[in-house]
Amino acid sequence: MAEPVSQVVASMPRGRFAALLALFLGPAVAVYTLFSIYPLIATMGLSTYTTDAEGAYHFAGLGNFTTLLTDSLWSKPFWNAAWNNLIFFCVHMLVQNPIGIALAGLLSLPGLRFKGGYRTLIFLPTMLSVVIVGFAWSLILSPLWGVAEGALKAFGLGSLFRPWLGLPSTALVTLSLISVWQFVGIPMMLIYAALLNIPDELVDAARVDGLGHFRIFLHIKLPLVLPTIGLISILTFVANFNAFDLIYSVKGALAGPNFASDILGTFFYRTFFGNQLQLGNPTMGAAVATVMFFIILAGVCLYLFIVQRRLRRYAF
Amino acid sequence: MLRQRAQFLGVHIVLIAYSALALGPILLVVMNSFKNRNAIFGAPLAPPNAETFSLIGYAKVFNASHIGVYFLNSLIVTVASMALVLLFGAMAAWALTEYRFRGSTALALFLSIGIMVPIRLGSVAILTMMRKAGLNDTLIALILVYIAQGLPMSIFILSEFVQQIPRDLRDAARCDGVPETRIFFEVIAPLLRPAIATVAVFTIVPIWNDLWFPLILTSSDSTHTITLGVQQFLGQYITDWNAVLAALSMAILPVVAIYVIFSRQLIAGLTSGAVK
Repeated sequence: MAEPVSQVVASMPRGRFAALLALFLGPAVAVYTLFSIYPLIATMGLSTYTTDAEGAYHFAGLGNFTTLLTDSLWSKPFWNAAWNNLIFFCVHMLVQNPIGIALAGLLSLPGLRFKGGYRTLIFLPTMLSVVIVGFAWSLILSPLWGVAEGALKAFGLGSLFRPWLGLPSTALVTLSLISVWQFVGIPMMLIYAALLNIPDELVDAARVDGLGHFRIFLHIKLPLVLPTIGLISILTFVANFNAFDLIYSVKGALAGPNFASDILGTFFYRTFFGNQLQLGNPTMGAAVATVMFFIILAGVCLYLFIVQRRLRRYAF
Repeated sequence: MLRQRAQFLGVHIVLIAYSALALGPILLVVMNSFKNRNAIFGAPLAPPNAETFSLIGYAKVFNASHIGVYFLNSLIVTVASMALVLLFGAMAAWALTEYRFRGSTALALFLSIGIMVPIRLGSVAILTMMRKAGLNDTLIALILVYIAQGLPMSIFILSEFVQQIPRDLRDAARCDGVPETRIFFEVIAPLLRPAIATVAVFTIVPIWNDLWFPLILTSSDSTHTITLGVQQFLGQYITDWNAVLAALSMAILPVVAIYVIFSRQLIAGLTSGAVK
């Protein structure tokens, strides 16, 4: 390209061009490499060591991973956390994302009034800290306060009330639904933006053919926003397999009752930092973090190589 | 026409119901924080009136915690991280989109790893590093981590904004012999102002609300952020409902106020910038 611009830059002495790049890229690359990429690599490195009683490090190869996956003292809580995390993710995929898509579909109806108001209100919980949301819901669901029970009674369903957060069988799903309540705004917003980008001609053509709003949404709009649905799926996956704050603030590091709500984030925290039951173990913590890294990496690769490539065909 | 009206009525009912579900719990907490203990339990759904109004919860939060310090810490950490994310991010985005050099694509890919891979997974090494550098339990440690966390997304968003700036602007300046650094700081940087709202959604909110890094990296009261401070306060005062509700409300209200003021820009940023 022989534009005057590039010529000015290209005609710069090499040393000066390098200095320019260093000036502009240096700070970002330095901070990012030092505090994000290096710690990730160092953590993986640390996961191949063990510490002895004196605190000295010994190379252990994949020993920590063997312990984590096979020694029942470690593998039982690990698989429990991994399984719970999968349930946590499935609840988000089955409840949060469909509701988000449906809300976006309603909000994108042509001629609907008060769109901005609805959007603002529904997105509000997403802005709040997970700690606050978790605590607010634990108060609301508490049998002590009786707000949830009272609300059910108002519909004649008072007998259905249980202390959901306290029961081993329901704690995890309840926490997942609290998280769904908070973050439904994200899929709603992203799908809404994608729906707005659909050319009017496509929708108009279908309307001339006599299709109603619902069938237009299902047969025309939804297939066109599939790439965005892929995107919200991977965002949900990464966020869920990295989640920690909600469980920790509602149930503490022990993720009770009896580890029923333990997910990989809380398991990682306990392993690394320690708690009432065990001492912190940095090398084992690093091993858990490494496993979490590979789980997330697997999800991202699946998204990039399969989902994204197949969905591209529908993209415009 | 009539059928369409009826349909829209149905849609409004669904959206109002869902909005109520989103707002209800927040409203309930804030409302009850202004009531005395009897009224909180006696009539949780009633708004405070002259008889039940009480600020005892707020008095307790102020007396029993360093909420002012926490708030100030959060403010310092968020503003400093945000400013540096914007500055470093804009500079990097400019260099990556404007200059052609060997390895620029590889560098852009390298910088985008952080969009998908959470920095949290490096916590073990981050804590070790901060201890060695003597930065453990300082706000600087938090700021450094948050800059690293915020940069990938902000470079990605800002690159799109840089690309939209008309070429003529920089070309004209270059023909006049203006040095590259001045072109960036005096011509380009002011034009990136609209991008701030978009970057803010992805930077400020996660930093302000983060529990993980304050939990890992700060240990003394003087360095706690609001999220960690409130979390620990709530844990200690769990049976004192006045104090708990007041602490929750104090954490909610500033965020809601800022959100209401900037919601238009925030939502516009969310729906336009990042995901195309």
